Amino acid sequence: MARLHEHEGKALLAEAGFTIPRGSVAASPAEAREVAEALGGPCVVKIQAWTTGRKAIGGVAIVDSPEAAAAEAERMLGMSVGAFPVEKVLIEELVEIDRELFISLYIDDAARAPRILLSLSGGSGIEERGAGVHRLTCDVRSGVDEAELDAALAESDLEQAIRPKVAEAVRAVFDVAKKHEARSVEINPLAIGRRSALRADEFEVVAADCRMTIDDYAVFRHPDLGIEIARELDHPPTKLERIAYEIEQADHRGTFYFAQLNWVDRHSEPISDWVDRHSEPISDSQEETTTAAALATDASARRADLPLVGFHGAGGGGSMMSMDAITSEGFTIANFTDTSGNPSAAKVYRAARIILSQPGLVGYFGSGSGVASQEQFWSAYGLAKAFWELNLDIPAVIRLGGNSEDRAVEILESVNDLVPATIEGYKKDDPPRMIADRFARLVAGSVREPWKPRRPRVPDYVGADFAFRFEITGGRVWIDTRDWDSTKATVLAHAAELLKDDNGRPALAVSQDEIAGKDSELIACEVECRRAGAPVVFVELDIRGLD
Amino acid sequence: MAILIDETKRVIIQGITGREGQARTKLMLGYGTNVVAGCTPGKGGEEVQGVPVFDKVEQAMAHSREHAAGDIDISVVLVPARFVKGAAIEAIEAGVKLVVLVPDRVPVWDAMEIAAAAKDHDARFVGPNTLGVISPGKAVVGMIGGRAESAKAWFKPGNVGVISRSGGMSSSTAYYLGRAGIGCSTICHVGGDSVLGVRIPDAALMFENDPQTDAIVIFGEIGGSMEEDLARLMIEGKVTKPVVAYIGGKAAKEGTRFSHAGAIIEGGKGTHAGKVEALEAAGATVVESFGDLPGAVGSVLGGD
Repeated sequence: MARLHEHEGKALLAEAGFTIPRGSVAASPAEAREVAEALGGPCVVKIQAWTTGRKAIGGVAIVDSPEAAAAEAERMLGMSVGAFPVEKVLIEELVEIDRELFISLYIDDAARAPRILLSLSGGSGIEERGAGVHRLTCDVRSGVDEAELDAALAESDLEQAIRPKVAEAVRAVFDVAKKHEARSVEINPLAIGRRSALRADEFEVVAADCRMTIDDYAVFRHPDLGIEIARELDHPPTKLERIAYEIEQADHRGTFYFAQLNWVDRHSEPISDWVDRHSEPISDSQEETTTAAALATDASARRADLPLVGFHGAGGGGSMMSMDAITSEGFTIANFTDTSGNPSAAKVYRAARIILSQPGLVGYFGSGSGVASQEQFWSAYGLAKAFWELNLDIPAVIRLGGNSEDRAVEILESVNDLVPATIEGYKKDDPPRMIADRFARLVAGSVREPWKPRRPRVPDYVGADFAFRFEITGGRVWIDTRDWDSTKATVLAHAAELLKDDNGRPALAVSQDEIAGKDSELIACEVECRRAGAPVVFVELDIRGLD
Repeated sequence: MAILIDETKRVIIQGITGREGQARTKLMLGYGTNVVAGCTPGKGGEEVQGVPVFDKVEQAMAHSREHAAGDIDISVVLVPARFVKGAAIEAIEAGVKLVVLVPDRVPVWDAMEIAAAAKDHDARFVGPNTLGVISPGKAVVGMIGGRAESAKAWFKPGNVGVISRSGGMSSSTAYYLGRAGIGCSTICHVGGDSVLGVRIPDAALMFENDPQTDAIVIFGEIGGSMEEDLARLMIEGKVTKPVVAYIGGKAAKEGTRFSHAGAIIEGGKGTHAGKVEALEAAGATVVESFGDLPGAVGSVLGGD
């Protein structure tokens, strides 16, 4: 559910025929002054931020001059909501409110249809108040139930003259929601009042505020809304979230979901302190002889303040279950990531690269449902490539249970010979709790310094004239030709019949069009050749924005 | 007995000629599902693994009546998300009474339109964003198990009904039950979205009426009201078989969506604590750790 700011939602309401206060957004005190001058009269200045209760945090002010508007704008533009600075304020004409109503449309999962809440009094906590609140049935095709709407209005003490205008507003909320595929629209308050600057005598029904969210899955049909990242997050998207979102949009093979939850500068404890305190390694013999109960106490004491873990789930529910398992052991996860639905190796590789762009990680924990229907070796290839490129030096524990799990674990663990880190793969019969415990031991026993994001290593033949090169979707492949006679057998054995030998040079065995979509097979070829001691194939995959 | 799917049900696959369509046809045929036809507009006359392909569901329906001795019971929809609405409504209007919507990312207003059409025609749908439904030893619709040999190895027939909001965890739940010697009547992945055809309480009512099912296992998640609605049915005495549940998302924070479209806490509603409390108050056993599920199910079944 992509959220819209108040001013964006109001613009959509106005298009549908709603009366909204005159006004405009400003990003600086000077702009605020101009807007207030043009409005000419008392104004309201409001921060544009994803939060409720703006009044309580000083995010709403009534002003009677352009100078005051500028001053308030200056103050508000220096505010932060959560960790995020206020970037815009909305300046609007003041509406003299005679009475406050409330309209909200939401998707009723039990009814499988939209529903409209209508209240004759505004304010927050409307759902709790109950009395005087009408829950109007809607038909997704035709709109609000007119009989219910009539009954609600007839029951009210609203003046006769204003009732048709309220009914219009209710219908318009449905129309706006349907047109833009909103998951929710909330107008609180819907004001019955006079717009003071106009000195109008007639009462109008005015949308004094607006909160609207758009269905993530429908954003592609609404490019006009300018939503850059269709993800419901509790913060504006971070740089990594934007990069991840772009990858997801460009590759629809499987799902890739990435949300940052915690980061180093938010973490209470300096990592150096943590490293000092956890510098006692645990020997293997200790592990074997300690009883389970003693272990539990010991482990929880040790983990209570662990810093960040890079989290890589697979499957929505499995990821959530695994997140619960690792956090209940006392860990803090830096991010929530889910690659599932038979994702390509390239997608899993890019996910791993993004997870490992977060500084301060003490380990990489991957776990899904444990019994995946998808072929798990593709994920293993993606992870193996990323871990090798980044020369992983923090422990990685990955549960790859499901189809082809034996092959997946073998591929993953083969990277142990090539990087400093300990990388362990687990299968469907290994319970998440045991794996989380194992992860904690590896972290406590081996991490001296937390993860520092780094540039991936690239073989020397990448970009060289002598290399054989061809393009694939989202990147290109390089093959070292220097010792082709002795490496070709290995390469061709792992190339899934996509490559061939052409008079002592590597060549494509299929058309350029066909090979362009074979990125997963080529990643597999790269990893297998490296395992076989012939590291002569490299798949260079672009990740736009990740430096 | 089982719910929703068994070996007698006549099944078609919409989108049978696509990548997913072909892969899942293989799974369904290999497992024993009675796949009678497939549909892909413009591909009528072709065959996929011996299954005849038609342009329209109506034609597939005529074929089923003529060659498979009856109406199509179920259509499995495996088309890109933006075409799901059209495909589902076509099947519903052609008289198919159960539509299984596998694709992820179906817009919620499309799902609501499908729901309205289903209501008009007295039809039901599972999903969107479902891995499908499997009655072990009988038949599968969708893609649970991925491959027929995996599905056969992982899921044991028995007397527990599984309802899950997660595809992977449907498999996982049934697999770990099987390892503990507990089999399943039917495993139903209701889907990860917020607007679903068959919801957890609907599936629970089906299991309540299924003589093969003695207990119901729920893999729930944060967000929405399905778990709370099930608790209400239990309090009202409409679901009387023992319910054992795990609710995912204890560590989730409010206002962030956790992958599934339906997995979000909004305005303090749909929390982990709220769901656990509602289910426990209704008499369900709620396990704290997923690994405790098989043991708890064994206990409610009386250790047999």
